Amino acid sequence: MSELLLKISGLNKSFFGVQVLRDVGFELTSGAVLGLVGENGSGKSTTMNILGGVLTRDSGRVELAGVDVAPSNSRDALALGIAFIHQELSLFPNLSVEENIFLDHFPRRMHGLPFIDRRALREQAKKALDLIDLQVAPATPVMRLPQGERQLVEIAKALTRQARLIIFDEPTTSLTARETERLFEIIGRLRAQGIAIIYISHILGDVLRLCDDIVVLRDGRVVGEGPRADFTIERLVTLMVGRSIDRLFPEREPAPGTNSAALSVRKVSQPGVVKDVSFDLRLGEMLGVSGLMGSGRSELARILFGLDPYSEGEIRVGEHTLSPLSPREAMDKGLAFLTEDRRGEGLMMEASIANNIVLPSLVERSSGFMHWLKPAALGQAARDVAERVRVNAKAIDRTAVRTLSGGNQQKVVIAKWLLRAPTIFILDEPTRGIDVGAKYEVYKIINQMVAGGAAILFISSEIEELIGMADRIMVMGRGEVRGFFERTNFDREAIMKAALWD
Amino acid sequence: MAETSRVLSSAPGDARSRPAQVLRWLLFSDYLVLALTLVYVAALSFFVPEILSPTNLRDIFLQILPLFIAALGLMMVLMVAQIDLSATSIMAMGCVVGASIMTSEGGYLSAQPWAPAVAILAIVVVGVLIGVINGVCTIVFDMPSFLVTLTTMMFFSGAAIWYTAAHTSSGSSIGSLPPAFLEIGYGGVAGIPYAAMITVVLAIVVHLLLTRTVFGRWVMAVGLNPKAAAISGVPVQAVVIGCFAISGLFAAFAAIIYTARLEAGTPILGQRILLDVIGAAVIGGVSLFGGKGTVIGVLLGVLFLSAVDNGLQLLGLSLSSVYAIKGGVILLAAVTDAIRHNVMARG
Repeated sequence: MSELLLKISGLNKSFFGVQVLRDVGFELTSGAVLGLVGENGSGKSTTMNILGGVLTRDSGRVELAGVDVAPSNSRDALALGIAFIHQELSLFPNLSVEENIFLDHFPRRMHGLPFIDRRALREQAKKALDLIDLQVAPATPVMRLPQGERQLVEIAKALTRQARLIIFDEPTTSLTARETERLFEIIGRLRAQGIAIIYISHILGDVLRLCDDIVVLRDGRVVGEGPRADFTIERLVTLMVGRSIDRLFPEREPAPGTNSAALSVRKVSQPGVVKDVSFDLRLGEMLGVSGLMGSGRSELARILFGLDPYSEGEIRVGEHTLSPLSPREAMDKGLAFLTEDRRGEGLMMEASIANNIVLPSLVERSSGFMHWLKPAALGQAARDVAERVRVNAKAIDRTAVRTLSGGNQQKVVIAKWLLRAPTIFILDEPTRGIDVGAKYEVYKIINQMVAGGAAILFISSEIEELIGMADRIMVMGRGEVRGFFERTNFDREAIMKAALWD
Repeated sequence: MAETSRVLSSAPGDARSRPAQVLRWLLFSDYLVLALTLVYVAALSFFVPEILSPTNLRDIFLQILPLFIAALGLMMVLMVAQIDLSATSIMAMGCVVGASIMTSEGGYLSAQPWAPAVAILAIVVVGVLIGVINGVCTIVFDMPSFLVTLTTMMFFSGAAIWYTAAHTSSGSSIGSLPPAFLEIGYGGVAGIPYAAMITVVLAIVVHLLLTRTVFGRWVMAVGLNPKAAAISGVPVQAVVIGCFAISGLFAAFAAIIYTARLEAGTPILGQRILLDVIGAAVIGGVSLFGGKGTVIGVLLGVLFLSAVDNGLQLLGLSLSSVYAIKGGVILLAAVTDAIRHNVMARG
C-alpha cells in the first residue's frame, strides 16, 4: 500500500534570471497526504505547476512510481495520473455535472465517431459521484450546486481519469465549515484507496489536522520537512517567515470600555437575510463577528454600509439614526467598509495605487461647484497614507494594483479608507488569502486604529484570529445573533458550538 | 502563482528579445496612431500630391471638427464600458427639430430674431434627453447599452423622417434657415472658423472634466470596476446616465455644425458617420473595456481616420472600397485594444 509514489529531487527553476526554486526535493508515498506550506512567493505554486505540467523545470528529477516523468502540459500530467485541483475551479457552470466530469473523454457510442453514449455517460458519472458520496443527479447544471459540491465534482473528474496523485491548491478558501468537513472526509477516503494527496493551504490548523507529512518552503527552498507530529502552528510560522513571531497577534491595550456607543443596532431584520440583530459597538472597541459562511455576517455588514436594504429595526451612529442608507451617507457618518472580495469589490485592479487610495475621498478633497481636484495635493495625501500602512511599492502613482501581492493589495484597501479617518470601520475577512507576515502587519494597523479611538467590527471565519484580536466576539448563525463572548471567557469550542448550533 | 506573476511583470526589461520589446512599446504607445498617420500621409503624397495642398488640408480640418466633437461624447460612454450607437440618430432628430423652429418657411418662430438661439437650445435639449433615456434604460433597468442605443437609434431615425414629412411639403428636408445660424457652419472671426472655436472649447472642457474633476475620476472608477466604485461612494447610476447625457449633448453640438453647413435640416444627417465616430474613438485608444481614454487620443484617432478617408478618395477608390478599408482599420484597432487588455490582465 505505502510504496513510494513520487520522488522529487534537486528541482531548480528560474524566471528571467531570478531563481524561484533551489534544489527542492521531497517524497510522497501512495495513500499519504502531504501538506505543502509557505508564504506567497515561496515556490509552492511553481513546484506544483512543474508537477502538473504547467511549467517546465530547469533541472532536477521528478520520478513517479520509479519512472522519470516530465509532463509538458496538463493533459500529459493527467495521463500520468496527476490531477491538479486549482483554487479557481475549472468547471463550466452552464454544463451538467456529467458533462463536466467527462468533458475531455466522453464515452462514445462507437470508437472514433463523435456520438456521445448518453447512457454510459450517466452510469459512469453516477459511479464517480458515488465514490465521493455526492448525491446529485448527474444531469444537474453545475451552476445550481453550492461551491463545496462543485469542488467535489472536480474531484470526481480526477477520479474518472484514474488519478494516482491529486493536488489541492487552497481548496477551502470558498467553502463553509461544513463543506470543509466533508472535503476532509473525502480526502480521507481517497487516501484509504491508496491515492496520494498534496494539500496546499494557508490555514495551518487544517494542514496539521489533515496531513501525514508536512513540507515547508521558504524563498524557493525546503526549510522544514517531516511527519506531522514534528510540527506545531508556531513552529510552522517560524519556518515560513524565517524569523520567530512570538505571538501571531500583536499586543494591544484592552479597550477602556467607558466610551459611548459609536454604533447601535436595534432589532434589524431583513427577511431571509438577518433577523433581530442588536448590538452596540463602542469607540475604541474591537467587536469580532464569528459565524459560518451564510450566517448573515457579511450580509449584516452590507446592510450597515447601506449597500443592501433592511425592512425593520434601527441603526444609530452616534446621535444620528441611519434610515435606508446609501454608501455615501454611511461614509459621511464616518463608516468605512473593507469587503471580503478584495479584487471584485475593493480595488480597481488596472488603476494605480494612488488612484485607488483617493477614490472614496475625492468629494471631500475637491473644491468649487465643479468639484475641482488638486492632483498634487491628492498625490501627496495618497503617498502619506500608503507610507503609514507600509504599502510596498516604488511609485504609487504609476504602479497598477494588479501587480501587487495579496497582502499589499489589502493594505491599499485599508489605506483608501484610512484616508477618510473613519470612526467605524467594518472589516470583512481582512486577512483572507494573505501570507503570515502581511497578516501580522494588517493586525498592527487595525490595532493602531482602535488605539486611535476608532470602533472596529471585525468579521472573520478564523476563530483564532478573533480570539487573538477582538475585545468581544458576537457569534452569528442563520442570520441571528447567537451570543456574545467577552475577552475574559473566549473559548474556541464554545464559540464554534454557538455558530454551528441550530 | 504569486512568484510567477511577479517575475513575469519585471520581464520586459531584461530578458525579452529586442523586436518583442519594440512591439510591446508600439502596442502600448499613445502616439502609434500619430506615427501611422504621418507615415500614411507621407506615403500617399507620392501618388496624390494634392493630399498636402492647402485646400485639401483645410477641407480635412473642417471635416474633422464635428466628427471630433461627436467622438469625444462617445468616449465618455466607452469609458464607463458602455456603447452609444444612437449618436447619429440624435443628430438627425436634433437637426430637424431645430430646423423646424427657425426655418423661414413656416417655422414655429420664423423671422423672429432669437429663433436661432431657441433652435440651438432645442437641439441641445433633444440630444441630452435622448442621452438620458439611453442612460436610464441601461443602468436603471439593467439592459445592455448595445440593445438600448440600437433601438433608440432606429426609433429616432424613423421619428426624424416622420417629423420632417410632417413639417414640409417636399418631405425630405427643411431648408431656408436664417443666415445668422448658417454662420456657424463656415463663418468665423479673423480667419478662425466658429466651428473650430466651439470644438477647441469643448475639447478643453472634456479634458479638464476627465483629469481635474471628481466626475472624471468617477467615470474612470465606474469603467474599471463598478462594484468597487459603488462601495467607495461613487453614485454609479448617476455617473453612467451623465456619460450618456454628455454623449447626447456632444452629438447635438455636432448636429448644429453639420446643419449650419448643409443649410437645411434633414433626417439623413450623419447617417454615414456612425462608424467614423466609434472608429475614431477606438483608434484613438479609448478602451472598449472601460476606464481608459484621452482627448488627445481621440483627436489623433479622428485625424487618422479622416486622412485615410480623404486619401483613399483622392486615389479614386469607390465609396464602397473606402468603407471596407475603414472597417478593416477599425477592426484592427479594436483587436489591438483587446490584446492590450489581455496583456494587462495577465501582467
